[in-house]
Amino acid sequence: MAVAQAQAMVPGITVREATPEADADALARLAAWCLWCAPLTAPDPPDGVWVEIAGSAHLFGGEAAMLRTLLTRLRAGGCTVRLAVADTPGAAWAVARFAPRETSPLVGPGQMAAAVASLPVRALRLAPETVAGLAELGIERVAQLAALPRGPLSLRVGRAVLQRLDQVLGHAPEPIAWAMPAEAAVVRRAFPEPISAPATLERVATDLTGDLVALLARRGLGARRLDLSFRRVDGGVHALCVGTASATRDAAHLARLLCARLAEVDPGFGLDEACLAAGRTEPLAAVQGEGLDTGETAQVDLAALVDRLAARAGARRVFRVVPVESRVPERSQRRAPPLAPADGRSWPADLARPARLFEPPEPVQATALLPDAPPALFVWRGVRHRVVRADGPERVRGEWWAAEGELASLRDYYRVETEDGARYWIYRDAPMAEGPRWWLQGVFG
Amino acid sequence: MTSSDPRSVLGTLRARIATLERGSGTAPAPVAYLPFGLSAIDRLLPGRGLQLGALHEVAPAQAAISHAAACTLFAAGILARTQGPILWCLAARDLFAPALARVGLHPDRVIYVETYREAELLPLVEEGARFRGLAGVVGEVARTGLTASRRLQLCAEESGVTVLLVRRAPAAAEGGGTTASAATSRWSVEAVPASRRAAGFGRGRWRVGLQRCRGAALGSEPASWLVEACDEAGRLALPADLAERSHPQARQGRAAAG
Repeated sequence: MAVAQAQAMVPGITVREATPEADADALARLAAWCLWCAPLTAPDPPDGVWVEIAGSAHLFGGEAAMLRTLLTRLRAGGCTVRLAVADTPGAAWAVARFAPRETSPLVGPGQMAAAVASLPVRALRLAPETVAGLAELGIERVAQLAALPRGPLSLRVGRAVLQRLDQVLGHAPEPIAWAMPAEAAVVRRAFPEPISAPATLERVATDLTGDLVALLARRGLGARRLDLSFRRVDGGVHALCVGTASATRDAAHLARLLCARLAEVDPGFGLDEACLAAGRTEPLAAVQGEGLDTGETAQVDLAALVDRLAARAGARRVFRVVPVESRVPERSQRRAPPLAPADGRSWPADLARPARLFEPPEPVQATALLPDAPPALFVWRGVRHRVVRADGPERVRGEWWAAEGELASLRDYYRVETEDGARYWIYRDAPMAEGPRWWLQGVFG
Repeated sequence: MTSSDPRSVLGTLRARIATLERGSGTAPAPVAYLPFGLSAIDRLLPGRGLQLGALHEVAPAQAAISHAAACTLFAAGILARTQGPILWCLAARDLFAPALARVGLHPDRVIYVETYREAELLPLVEEGARFRGLAGVVGEVARTGLTASRRLQLCAEESGVTVLLVRRAPAAAEGGGTTASAATSRWSVEAVPASRRAAGFGRGRWRVGLQRCRGAALGSEPASWLVEACDEAGRLALPADLAERSHPQARQGRAAAG
């Protein structure tokens, strides 16, 4: 039907360009998504996805429960789907598309003939002209077709019809090109006997890392995140995840990161499968090894160290501190990622800054001899300190652009040395109505 | 002793002991030393300087926070005079990085890792101590045991990373006096009043004590020196008013007397 004809029939019809490539892509993604429930999936253009559930349905509590789970998740994802399970792909295809809604989507073992008997011959995935030819012969249902003698039928309508019929009934094989999603780099290892010893876990993690690194090397990728999951014999899954600061294919390094976390794994009654996936990868070209040791110390690659520290302490607890252009002391430093490029910036060399900075500053009771003089005496944490030497003030104005209410704020910083040689950093904020308040913000060495 | 030259015999024995201490029969790796630049201190230390690739402990002499801050800067000043990246293991949030830059430790060189549990800190220090290529690791610890320090010392010897454990409280505050440690040397730092006669608000003044040092010619009393705090390149200096007046012989006497 032409677009013009459709528009004439239905006024105001919405016209969208067909995008077959995008549809095929989306279908391939959907097929890859279905990998969570079964090891083999394949897109079936234009509108279907094959899922080979042999051996995996019991993980979900049977085929019916598996279909319910799959249906729920697909609907949650916004897909309108019909599902069917059968011994042969052809039967499942036919039932999913042509069976009445009230019939069960589960075709029992060996029940293909009964399930497809009442379906139209289109359900056999025949070409439209073949369907038309069969209709001229008065054959509309699969049952009618199946009842005819094969020899004359083959002569009359061609071998393709019989081939399809045999595929539905399981008399002929049907190969499917199962999709292997390229982005998932996964290696697995199943064990004949459950394992639980820490040393065994370490060896498994090391072996899997070696396999995965080889896989990544073939694809020219480096790992940024590894997900290691163990399946326990009682069905529980324990997963752990390590990240790296930069893409790497260093098997020893990755294995070490994983082994450091293996103590978290509770093997219970034993683990019967391990699966290591590169959850996040980045392109990493092969590098040429150094042929000769020139004796020069190259730039140290800290990524391995950062990874180990992050695996122990947490990724956010490894950092560098970089200068921020701010006069307010507590704002003059900022945490940066540990491998941020060094830019050579530092703090102004002429400003004295304490080794320890208190945040928030601690209030002190101070006595100054003159309104603008450094304190002569102050009480901090209940102890009286007499000032013998002072330097200042260094005046720091509030940054009105950084925080509201700082427009009028002002701090006069003094370095003071007490009788016992301790050096403190004390400031007085702007004279308020109740008089200046004194704060102790830091300790010099 | 019938040997012709006692010195050479002693040297041979020392080398053999050093080999034994390294735990294997292989030839010991070359050991580097970082001089303080003060002959009074350097002359006491084997190798005329602080041994690199070893574990050193720095503790405040007293409990006040200013002494602990002095320890921090003392450690930063040592590492500022080395080359290469530094790992700083934090146990509290109050370290102010600009102060490290002021004693010569450029922010580009330092990677920090923080944790709040003492038990987690030493493993982090050890990760750093094992990592060949770091110039040094600083661990801000509350206490160390013999086992932990032995581990760190062995890691440091193997990797060549200098490990400085900066204690937040003096050893005596734990009630057990000085605890056992396998560190190559143990220092105490105390912030003391600057000279009354000094004009203005100059560099701070520390009393740096060397409490023990493996292979050092220490007397029964720990040696200590009055020094000016680290300058912008991490160097200590003798106070001007002492340096002017005292003869080297007199300084040595002071050192021996503590």
